[in-house]
This record gives sequence, C-alpha cells and structure tokens, in this order.
Amino acid sequence: MRYLTDRKRAEGRGAAHAGTEHHWYMQVSAVGLALIIPVFLYVFGRALGSGYDEVIATFSRPFPAILTALVLVFGMQHFAKGAQMMIEDYFRKSTKKILIMSVIILGYGITAVGLFALAKIAL
Amino acid sequence: MAEFRLPKNSRITTGKTWPNPEGATNVRKFQIYRWNPDDGKNPRVDTYFVDMDKCGPMVLDALIKIKNEIDPTLTFRRSCREGICGSCAMNIDGINTLACIYGLDEIKGDVKIYPLPHMPVVKDLIPDLNHFYAQHASIMPWLETKTNRPAKEWKQSIEDRKKLDGLYECVMCASCSTSCPSYWWNSDRYLGPAALLHAYRWIIDSRDEATGERLDDLEDPFKLYRCHTIMNCAKTCPKGLNPAKAIAEIKKMMVERHV
Repeated sequence: MRYLTDRKRAEGRGAAHAGTEHHWYMQVSAVGLALIIPVFLYVFGRALGSGYDEVIATFSRPFPAILTALVLVFGMQHFAKGAQMMIEDYFRKSTKKILIMSVIILGYGITAVGLFALAKIAL
Repeated sequence: MAEFRLPKNSRITTGKTWPNPEGATNVRKFQIYRWNPDDGKNPRVDTYFVDMDKCGPMVLDALIKIKNEIDPTLTFRRSCREGICGSCAMNIDGINTLACIYGLDEIKGDVKIYPLPHMPVVKDLIPDLNHFYAQHASIMPWLETKTNRPAKEWKQSIEDRKKLDGLYECVMCASCSTSCPSYWWNSDRYLGPAALLHAYRWIIDSRDEATGERLDDLEDPFKLYRCHTIMNCAKTCPKGLNPAKAIAEIKKMMVERHV
C-alpha cells in the first residue's frame, strides 16, 4: 500500500523521450519486407524440391543470395523488435528484461547462422 | 506477467433471480453484475424480469425501472440521459457503450450488463475512474499559450476550427480505453485512447503554443506507443469518434520531428 495521489501514479516517471525510432524502423522494415518477402518466397519456392546441385546453383547466383541475405537481416531485426513489443505488453520486471535480451540474441543468432550458411553456398 | 484471470475474490457467481412482474405479457430478462464492497462476498449476476410494455426504449430506462420498482440497491451512474455527460458508460451485451443511448431493440435475447471491463469496481456497475481522470489531467487538457493574451480573443480560422471536429465531442465516458487490450495490460503506463484523443485535440489546436512540449511528454514507448492499432476504441465509441486515428496522427507528428 502506497499513499500516492492519482496524479502521481498517472505521471509515473515522465516520458522516456524514446520509441519513435523503434516505431519508424518497424514501419519502414514492414514496407521493405512486404516487397522482398514475396520475391524471396517465389525464388525459394522454385528451388524447393530440386536436387542438391540445383539449389546450390540457385543460391550461388547474386540476386537470390543477396535477396536471402536481406530477408535474413531485416526479417530477423523486424522479428526481434516486434517480439520486444509483445514482451513489453505482457511481462514485467526481470522476466521482461531477460526475455527481451533472449529474443534479441535469438534474432542475431539466426541471422549469423543464416549468413554463414549463405556465404558457404554462395562464395 | 499480465493477469489473464480474475483474482479469486473477483470471480463471478450466480446471484438472485427476482420474480416475474405480475400480469406482464411482454417480459425481458436482464442479467446484471452486482458487487457490494461491504458484504465481503464475490461478485454475482442477478436476474431481473422487466415488463417491456411499461418501460422506455433505452437500456438506461430499464435500469432505472429496475432500481425504482424491483431492487433499489442496484447502483449505477447516470445523469443527462442523452449521451452528453458520459456517466452511464457500461458493458452492455459485450459492448462498452452509454446505457442512455443504447436501444434495447439493438440487443438480441437476454440483456447482459457489466461494469466497464478491467477497471476496479466501486459498487455494482460503477467503475473507479480516478486513474483514468488523472491520466486525462496529465496531458494538460487546456489551452497553453506563451504570447501575451490578446485584447479580445484568441482567433482561429474556420479551417483550423474544423480540425477539432471529431475530437472535441469526446465525453470522457472511458468506453474506448476500457475496450483496449493494451490499456487492460498496461493502464499504469499507457495513457489509453481517450487521453490520447484529448492530447491530439490540444496538439492540433492552432491557438495552442505548447505543441513541442506536448509531443515531448507523449514520446514514450508506453505512454503512446502501446497503441497497436487494434481499433476496439473506434469500434466501441458511443459518440462515433475515432481515437485510433488521433493516435496515428500523433505518431505521424512524432516521426515528422525525427525524419
């Protein structure tokens, strides 16, 4: 029980003067991903079911390789920032911080593994 | 973690069923949330039967009839009876709205009435709106000026005045904020659609000279950016306003300051 006035509770610790960059990044990356994901799905779908050599050949070409890299980098960044919003919605205190860190690490991890695999194929 | 279940002492039980009115042929069943802080019991849902041949057309008419003729302990807020004061906001048939302008003919089957969701209840259908009002006060809902006061009045063009339409009509009934899942989970930090609609009303006012300070005060991951454009606010607003659009406009102004 804390004897705080309603106004003090409502004001909290004031404004963090942050959030706009996160919001703008999500808007821009959403538009970018909306453009490149269908193309990536087309390229990926065409390669699906092909033989090993054919798939390697497809992702060795500059356009599919660069496109895949872009999907990995921006897709995972978008995922991590989106998941951060979700975690902030539902979790509190230390759980929130640990989950946000985990999801960022997961995003970077998947990007790194994906880029490494892509480099092995394409280079 | 956000709480998805009501605490044990807030879970609803079945309450009293009041008798049918004698000799009535056109009867309607009302199921109404009841909770008395003084009896130490869990909330319950009481069942009432109202003679519709002797009742007005709105939900508030039925509530007043129940209070006057069946159960005088039923507690709810009401004042203007024409959608101007915002007092009688409650959850009717699953929708947050004003009982005075919600017609009984709009509801199919039994009429189910609960207080506004996810708010502390004072008694029966009365939610505690202190925090909601404090959040409204925190956005400085008044004209802030720095220029010396003009001799007559602060002038405004017809075009600039038009920008306030769809904003100034808000009666602060809290229907929108209490329909917003983001507000349910984070009402301690998220201002909610009603306060943000009012914030935009003053930001967009051509006479106001504190636009920058107002935007500064809102630039926060929780105060503003908890809005995920769910749009429940616009769907439920009994005055037909669109708080989600006002919030989107604030976000646009924030981005324009940065980019």
